[in-house]
Amino acid sequence: MNKVVQALLYGAFAACIGYLSAAPTYQYADPELAVIKLSLNHAADRVEECTKLTPQQINERAMKGEPINECARARRPLAVELDVDGTTVLSLAAIPSGLWNDGPASVYERFAIEAGAHTITARLRDSARETGWDYEYSEEVDLVPGRYFTITFRAGNGGFAFR
Amino acid sequence: MELIKRALARAFARFEAVFEYAFGQRNTPFACLGALGWYFYWIVAATGVYLYIFFDTGITDAYASVEYMTHDQWYAAGVMRSLHRYASDALVIVVVLHIFREFAFDRLRGRRFFAWLTGLPLLAFIYICGISGYWLVWDQLAQYIAVATTEWLDTLPVFGEPIANNFLDSTTLGGRFFTLMVFIHIFGPLFMLLLMWIHIQRHSGAKVNPPRPLAIGTVGVLVVLSVVFPAVSQAPADLDVVPAELGFDWFYLAGYPLLDIVPGGQLWLYIFAAFLVLAVLPWMPPAKRVPAAAVNLENCNGCTRCFDDCPFSAINMVPRTDGRAYESEPVVNVNQCTSCGICAGACPTSTPFRRSGPLQPGIELPHRSIADLRDELVAGTEKARVVIFACDTGDTDDLEEGGVKVMRLPCVGMLPPSFVDFALARHYADGIMIAGCAEGDCHHRLGNEWTIERMARRRDPYLRQRADERRLCLSWLPRGSSRRRQRALAEFRAALSEIDDE
Ligand code: HEM
Ligand code: SF4
Ligand code: SF4
Repeated sequence: MNKVVQALLYGAFAACIGYLSAAPTYQYADPELAVIKLSLNHAADRVEECTKLTPQQINERAMKGEPINECARARRPLAVELDVDGTTVLSLAAIPSGLWNDGPASVYERFAIEAGAHTITARLRDSARETGWDYEYSEEVDLVPGRYFTITFRAGNGGFAFR
Repeated sequence: MELIKRALARAFARFEAVFEYAFGQRNTPFACLGALGWYFYWIVAATGVYLYIFFDTGITDAYASVEYMTHDQWYAAGVMRSLHRYASDALVIVVVLHIFREFAFDRLRGRRFFAWLTGLPLLAFIYICGISGYWLVWDQLAQYIAVATTEWLDTLPVFGEPIANNFLDSTTLGGRFFTLMVFIHIFGPLFMLLLMWIHIQRHSGAKVNPPRPLAIGTVGVLVVLSVVFPAVSQAPADLDVVPAELGFDWFYLAGYPLLDIVPGGQLWLYIFAAFLVLAVLPWMPPAKRVPAAAVNLENCNGCTRCFDDCPFSAINMVPRTDGRAYESEPVVNVNQCTSCGICAGACPTSTPFRRSGPLQPGIELPHRSIADLRDELVAGTEKARVVIFACDTGDTDDLEEGGVKVMRLPCVGMLPPSFVDFALARHYADGIMIAGCAEGDCHHRLGNEWTIERMARRRDPYLRQRADERRLCLSWLPRGSSRRRQRALAEFRAALSEIDDE
């Protein structure tokens, strides 16, 4: 047994724990940049329009316990685009959730961007249209370094919201 | 695989030599890493209960309550907080070493797979508990963990709406997810305790307490660290602010930076693959099939010594089936028996003096019978003045020299004390050396401990009183100590010739 070596080993143990439990620091993000977060969750139109049933038909079906909608359940993918100062930085098609692709589609994106003034445009298409957009919103914003800028979407609240 | 193990074992041996020098063989931390794990677990649990008294479980006040503990009550709750963190870190250190060591010393293959497999979920739980703990502080690190973890979880195709939306910005912040973390951080450790208990189910008398000097030393050094260098929080979480530079606990969070390099889905795949590889290691390659210990009922009197001494809980005592007047008989669970032979060494009927009928004890290994052992001892010992009983696992090859005979056993715990008496009394040897693993670190867990006690006449079966202790040398050394072993042998032989000169 050697008390000196023992003390050294205990010291090394403590030093290792003390140091590695808080250092070296990890540089997660550049404090000079701003970060844009785009998050939305929205159900697009169905691939096939549902056939309109008369109230009478609906009643009959309900009595028989049959489904009161007559259409395939699948929804279209959501098309989402994001422009910063006129250049498209994001363009994607979000697949609807659910085993039968009948749920809402989700988008969650996060990326760093130069702070300062930018014109940001967000667009979304959820219908059968071939061209153009169902929702579009553009705003000149001033991005603060080291802060998040969030873009969300609520169809009921008029579409995109910037914050 | 064999090569990796050997290289690792050599590295451990070299590293551990320093610790053995400092702490002595009985108290070296490497022989009780699992026990240290239990010990640190209890420290973390106890300090956690204390912290819970002051902790505010709501997301809005959690940070302030932790700040209160750290600064206003630095002498009590603050120290507890630091201890809670540092003991958790220590737990990671000892468990990681524990895993590598059990692997290096091959204590996972064949019928020993159980502890390895049940250890794997434990590993996952340590991380779940640790990460959820850092979440509760609700500082910038916690915010980072919350966002990174939920984003990572979202790469699994199970959640409809991204759960990262819970931490999108300050307007969406809800306490729901935070409460879930509090819940996980309380019930995770409880479940972990259950797993720890299952982990040692196939070890009778598992070492769950480290030796006292080590227990006092480690907690002492952690308390000193807690006072000198207390654990503190970072800036409070603000979901609108991007955490930039983060003080990281690398013991728990080392994997997180990977999320900035590889896609989350891939990381899940790597982790899954790593666990899969770990899970098949006990069969890489499959262990040689060795027969389990077998009971010979006609020679068993139901004394339960084999049951008491089996280190792997492989023997059960059941009501007698052969109609004889004894109460019980042993039954070997062949799926748990590691063929160490320690039960044969414990059986009072394993005596080489026996003359009536063939030598067959109540329990023994079919492939390494006690009768063979006697025959081997008796055959050709005229020239051998020292007989060494050594474990298969030890490196004793270079002990063979003129006048020395080495007899290998799966574990020296298989040697019935009567063999020592027999060899000396019948002059088959002038001296007996028993060469086994380091104290407290027997490859078969308890073989050397039982041998020490039997030879010291403290544990049944005892060494006969008439056996001259000066002619018995117990040598317990860690792996890779062949030179020390040779020195021990030389000293023993020198001592023997002094006795003979008297
Ligand atoms: C909280 C974490 C853990 C604790 C507290 C712990 C504790 C223990 C204890 C007390 C023993 C018995 C030692 C003895 O008396 O001989 C043991 C044995 C063992 N543990 Fe762990 N352990 C942990 C995690 C793990 C992990 C993650 C693995 C591997 C993946 C593992 C693999 C083993 C093996 C292979 C043995 C030896 C089995 C044998 O001797 O046959 N343990 N552990
Ligand atoms: S050989 Fe070892 S593991 Fe098997 S029953 Fe005997 S003491 Fe137990
Ligand atoms: S030690 Fe021997 S005699 Fe005793 S119960 Fe076991 S087998 Fe039977």
